[in-house]
Amino acid sequence: MKKFIAALLIVGISAAALTGCGGTTDSTTQTVSTDGSTSMEKVIGYLSEAYIAENGGVKITYNPTGSGAGIQAVSEGRCDIGLSSRDLKPEEAETLDAEVIAIDGIAMIVNPQNPVSDLTIEQIGKLYKGEIANWSEVGGSDAPVVLIGREAASGTRDGFESITGTEDMCKYTQELTSTGDVVQTVSTNPNAIGYASLASVKDSVKLLSVEGVTPSTETIQNGMYKIQRDFVFVTPKNKELSEAAQSFMDYASSAAADEMIEKAGAVPVKR
Amino acid sequence: MKKTTDTIEKAMNAVFTFCGFLAVAFVLVITVFLVISGIPAIGEIGITDFLFGRVWASTAAEPQYGILPFILTSVYGTAGAIVIGVPIGLMCAVYLAKMSGGKSAGIVRTAVDLLSGIPSVVYGLLGMIIIVPLVRKVFDLPDGANLFSAIIVLAVMILPSVISVSETAIKAVPKEYEEASLALGATKTETVFKVVVPAAKSGILTAVVLGIGRAIGEAMAVMMVAGNVANMPSLFQSVRFLTTAVASEMSYSSGLQRQALFSIALVLFVFIMIINLILNFVVKRGESDE
Repeated sequence: MKKFIAALLIVGISAAALTGCGGTTDSTTQTVSTDGSTSMEKVIGYLSEAYIAENGGVKITYNPTGSGAGIQAVSEGRCDIGLSSRDLKPEEAETLDAEVIAIDGIAMIVNPQNPVSDLTIEQIGKLYKGEIANWSEVGGSDAPVVLIGREAASGTRDGFESITGTEDMCKYTQELTSTGDVVQTVSTNPNAIGYASLASVKDSVKLLSVEGVTPSTETIQNGMYKIQRDFVFVTPKNKELSEAAQSFMDYASSAAADEMIEKAGAVPVKR
Repeated sequence: MKKTTDTIEKAMNAVFTFCGFLAVAFVLVITVFLVISGIPAIGEIGITDFLFGRVWASTAAEPQYGILPFILTSVYGTAGAIVIGVPIGLMCAVYLAKMSGGKSAGIVRTAVDLLSGIPSVVYGLLGMIIIVPLVRKVFDLPDGANLFSAIIVLAVMILPSVISVSETAIKAVPKEYEEASLALGATKTETVFKVVVPAAKSGILTAVVLGIGRAIGEAMAVMMVAGNVANMPSLFQSVRFLTTAVASEMSYSSGLQRQALFSIALVLFVFIMIINLILNFVVKRGESDE
């Protein structure tokens, strides 16, 4: 509910900002409008809060529309910075620049009693599609697999399904509405497997390595760990950013932002 | 002096009237809002596809918006909670009204009052941590988050309203009925089930309807124990209720999906309205009986 109200507020604010967007710079407060990936809500939230605390008089708006819509919006000049949780397609890269500001690492978790400690992406995909229904098929004990996932609106689910190639095919046993619920459920059910942002994984569950790589800040930064995706700021190639937008962009890609990115549950880019 | 009292009287009168109409205004605004925001999606999806469609895949590449699984889950879940909760609540009410001495009744009544004051998220949390793993072990299932767990939680949640309303109804039965039955040689148990309960039936029915209302509108607690997968309901499978369907996707739905969620809310609202009408009917008939 809080989120919903927040979303309404944001939509309202950004609508108000858009109407006054026609190049008017007479107002004293400058606005940086961002538009795009819903998965980046937390990252943008933390970054803009910290940025505004340091540089008063700037307003940063966020319109949660999805990566595709955000890229579309920035290419049509409807916002300053587009937010994408996927890399640009070649035809998009012709007119747009992309800067990775953070990496989203999605950890696979099982119950501590589960003997399985490593899975391949293919195995994970088969598990979630229901093609592997017993843990013994992937080296575990003879027990049914219980698939824990997130609700359809979740950015983590979107990331997980797109990386493992299981979009709209997952046979979930439970769809939970928060990362905490996923961790809690996996910690109480010996047959459960779930996914969660790396930052929110606790000791009560067992972290799986994927294709032999254990997820950590290092293995995510150097690309060894596979279930990850980039959080990207997208800007037009042919147009200068407004002063405020450029300054926010510089802040977001500076080392000062790392702490905020970690707080938001993502992994900072290695510099 | 007289004049100022008059003015105060008039002013307060206006305030009372205003507050009275404020409540009506809230109901009207909510109704109008739900109808206006709920109708378009039903029109777009088609009422039969919406109400009787068996597949809900709101974020799929080709979205489908069938809410039959949610409707049936809500109906089955509520029915299950009534089947378990009403007998327990009724017998507890009999104990409170007829069997208990002063002190023990006080303890039970305080406990029941406390039960009704516990926030639903706490029921959900306990359900998630205790009932879900327990159901998984007892029935030897792969996972315990299912319709059955939700029914157990809902049954406990409806107990307070069932107990307090039935107790009042049972207490209102004239003492002479009971005395006559006992004098004819009936045992206490026979008297309770054949005389007292039938005489209090309209009050007990009211309790049942209130319980239905509470169970069908509950969201938070069932969201934490039911698993929330949009399956057609079966007792030991993960299910999604009407309420949880709205709550779990609202946080960032858009377009037709969001409109469809409002339509689900409208369907839920219609259900609650029907329950209220039944309640009014039951209460009125109860009054005319006496």
